[in-house]
Amino acid sequence: MNLPIPFLILSFLTILSALYVVTSKSPVHSVLALIFTFFTISAHYVLLNAQFLAVVNLIVYAGAIMVLFLFVLMLLNLSKEIEPIKSNAWAIAATISAGSILLMITAAFQVFGEAVAKNPVEGIGLVKALGNVLFTRFLVPFELTGILFLAAMVGAVLLGKREKKPTELSTNETINP
Amino acid sequence: MLEWIIVLPLLGFLINGLFGSIFPKSIVGWLGTAFVFGSFVATCFLFRDLLTSLPGEGSVYLRVFTFLNVGNFHVDIAFQFDRLSAIMALIITGIGTLIHLYSISYMADDAGLYKFFSFLNLFIFNMLVLVLGSNFMMMFFGWEGVGLCSYLLIGFWYKNVSFGKAARKAFIMNRIGDLGLLMGLFLIYQNFGSFEYTEVFAKVGRLEVGTEICTAIALLLFIGAMGKSAQIPLFTWLPDAMAGPTPVSALIHAATMVTAGIYLVVRCEAIYALAPFAREVIMWIGLATSLMAALIGLKQNDIKKVLAYSTVSQLGFMFIALGCGAYTAALFHVITHAFFKALLFLGAGSVIHGMHHEQDIRQMGGLRKKMPITYLTFLIGTLAITGFPMLSGFFSKDEIFTAILSHNRLVFILGLLSAFITVFYTFRMFFVTFHGTYRNHHHSFEKVHESPLLMTLPLLILAVLSVIGGAVNFPNYMGEGISGGLHHLLSFDGGGRFSPILIFPEQSFEISHAQEWLLAALTPLFLTIFVVVRNKYLVKAAVPEADADQVGLGKVLANKFYVDESYDRSFVEPIELVSDTLTEYVDEKAFKSSFDGIGRANQYFGSLLSRVQNGNIEYYLVYMVVGLCLLLAFNLF
Amino acid sequence: MSSLTIFNQLEISHYIYLSTVLFSIGLFGVLFRRNAIILLMCIELMLNAVNLLFVAFSSYMGDSDGQIFVFFIMVVAAAEAAVGLAILVLVYRNTRKTDVSVLDNLKG
Repeated sequence: MNLPIPFLILSFLTILSALYVVTSKSPVHSVLALIFTFFTISAHYVLLNAQFLAVVNLIVYAGAIMVLFLFVLMLLNLSKEIEPIKSNAWAIAATISAGSILLMITAAFQVFGEAVAKNPVEGIGLVKALGNVLFTRFLVPFELTGILFLAAMVGAVLLGKREKKPTELSTNETINP
Repeated sequence: MLEWIIVLPLLGFLINGLFGSIFPKSIVGWLGTAFVFGSFVATCFLFRDLLTSLPGEGSVYLRVFTFLNVGNFHVDIAFQFDRLSAIMALIITGIGTLIHLYSISYMADDAGLYKFFSFLNLFIFNMLVLVLGSNFMMMFFGWEGVGLCSYLLIGFWYKNVSFGKAARKAFIMNRIGDLGLLMGLFLIYQNFGSFEYTEVFAKVGRLEVGTEICTAIALLLFIGAMGKSAQIPLFTWLPDAMAGPTPVSALIHAATMVTAGIYLVVRCEAIYALAPFAREVIMWIGLATSLMAALIGLKQNDIKKVLAYSTVSQLGFMFIALGCGAYTAALFHVITHAFFKALLFLGAGSVIHGMHHEQDIRQMGGLRKKMPITYLTFLIGTLAITGFPMLSGFFSKDEIFTAILSHNRLVFILGLLSAFITVFYTFRMFFVTFHGTYRNHHHSFEKVHESPLLMTLPLLILAVLSVIGGAVNFPNYMGEGISGGLHHLLSFDGGGRFSPILIFPEQSFEISHAQEWLLAALTPLFLTIFVVVRNKYLVKAAVPEADADQVGLGKVLANKFYVDESYDRSFVEPIELVSDTLTEYVDEKAFKSSFDGIGRANQYFGSLLSRVQNGNIEYYLVYMVVGLCLLLAFNLF
Repeated sequence: MSSLTIFNQLEISHYIYLSTVLFSIGLFGVLFRRNAIILLMCIELMLNAVNLLFVAFSSYMGDSDGQIFVFFIMVVAAAEAAVGLAILVLVYRNTRKTDVSVLDNLKG
């Protein structure tokens, strides 16, 4: 089987860094490994001719979301926290569960994945092509994502805001409840 | 106009029932009375139309809506105002109005006044549905409705446990009869394919069904009548029903509801005409009831109980007449009986009112000086019920006995015996109550008072009616022009939808001159009994013994032939025994423990399962993944 | 070489395997780790595995809808990360821990 070298290398790095995310004891290392994973996934996108998404992936995931994670880690000063390790039973249970999901999904694709017609078209991953689709057929969902973001922002701000301590009752109120 | 007759009492019921508690007491009674009076006025107008209209007109048919429509089975909510229902409706609304009027004063002190009047109005409504309905289903609705009202009003003072029991007894006894009635209705539908009176009786008139079917239907319907009209063996509820307020006894348990059985038989005359065996049964049961109740009445000391047994006895007479085929006579007696029995009951109520709720006649005596109006009207009622010549009861009883005489001599003699006993116990009650010396030690004689005008006015009106009530159907010897009014009304065949009432013409009861002389010779006999009673209770001023002091036959009579006790022994106690056994062994032991076991098992497994939901997200995640795996696996394989 | 060469050298099943493996690794992390931050990161990893699959199918079939979906998934992921981290901060402020096993009040 002659697989292209770039794909093999990228896949190897992706899986390796993903495993490191899961197994690393230090949260900061995990974050960094995850960022690296995102980079390799972006590279996969380039391989797949999805140039726009490759860039967006880097900006949104590696740039914005993971920075958010790092911020929180540092804000809470969690980098040193030793996480209690779960028992072996948990490890076995998690492995079996994840393994059986792997098996099941693979099996599912064995059954249904063959039906995919190979019909690559050049240029669909470019900004122009995607923009055309996004602002015509998916215009309403696109606008709705804006509302979603607004709601998420409001929610995040509200949650993150420090609660005011209940003000002490004035003397008048104690007398006339 | 017909709709107003029915709707007005219902309106009264709704208004008093829903808002009566916030109305002032003085309004409630007048409101209830006004609605019934309005209904009475409407009935009068319709009745005038009926009398003055051309043949074939005047009867009103009103179809409101179709109640049931299943396949071939149609039941309409429909009313018909024909000559029979007109008479019944006149009695119901007329006497109903008087008794409502009376109740305003009689019940004035009761806390549940609005309830009382709403129930009374509901009763009038149901009774009108019973008599005005145009099919057997409507009659059944009314039949059950009056049963309910009877139950509610007997147990009106429900805080007294024995009153509540009396109400239940009345209801259950009526249910037994209703079962017969229902089966009769089923048979009617099976054989005639309809519940409409006109269709059913037209088919009977064309002799489309056999005598056997008619006999079966007639007997089953009569079982229903037995329950409602208190005939042997279902009569014991009526004396107990005296637990209700006295106006209730007068309206429901003397004048109207208990005569529903007679109405039923008269209405189904066509069926009974083809069932001679059933009529024979009715006659003998009526006779037995009449005799038995009269004998028991001899030894009763409660003024209302005496009247109750006399009602049972008079109902027995009506059934004897029906059994002889004398439908007019029976209906005639219904009318006159409604007048004088309502009068007697209201008079008794007046006495009870004046005596501060004392009902025992041994505690009374000499009341005529204190209660002149009550005394006078009660005397008229007593004379009317005993058949004093030229009063209403005389004419109706006379007709009944004429019919019996031409039918069966033995029944005639026994019926006569019953009538004489009636004279005896009615005058006994009368003398002991109103004559002699006052015997009550709880209230001084000065405190006894005549009732207010609102109560005496109905008494006076009813007294007048009791005197002239015979005019409804004077016998032939009174003169051609004025005699036999009721007979003409019922037999009137002017074509049209609802006439004649009696499909098969009633036989005329001709008796020979010798027999007429025999009847005439009864008057001295009557007087003899009167003198005996007068001698015993007025001249010698004998006071009846208390129930406990009775000996021999008197003890049996005072204990009402032990009928209640034997019913208890033969029906109630075995059922209770079986129920107790079932409760103890099947319900408590078998069912309860097994259901408890099921409950405990559920609790145990539930507690096992509840450990699964421990609030820890990690476990939930595992469950989710396992579920996802299973889902995929099911889809794949 | 043309930009479409890769599609001749590589079957789509390879991308399927790759993304399934990534997804399973993420799932394993979710099940195995207790630190809520790591959990959130594992969820991001799983989302990315799905994204990769979307992009792969989209490119192989020449249909740009898949890539639009990836775009939307990124939007949702960003919102989810923001709210999730805000909740996390709140939890930490109240319990001084980021351990998910602390949050077991919702039980029957």
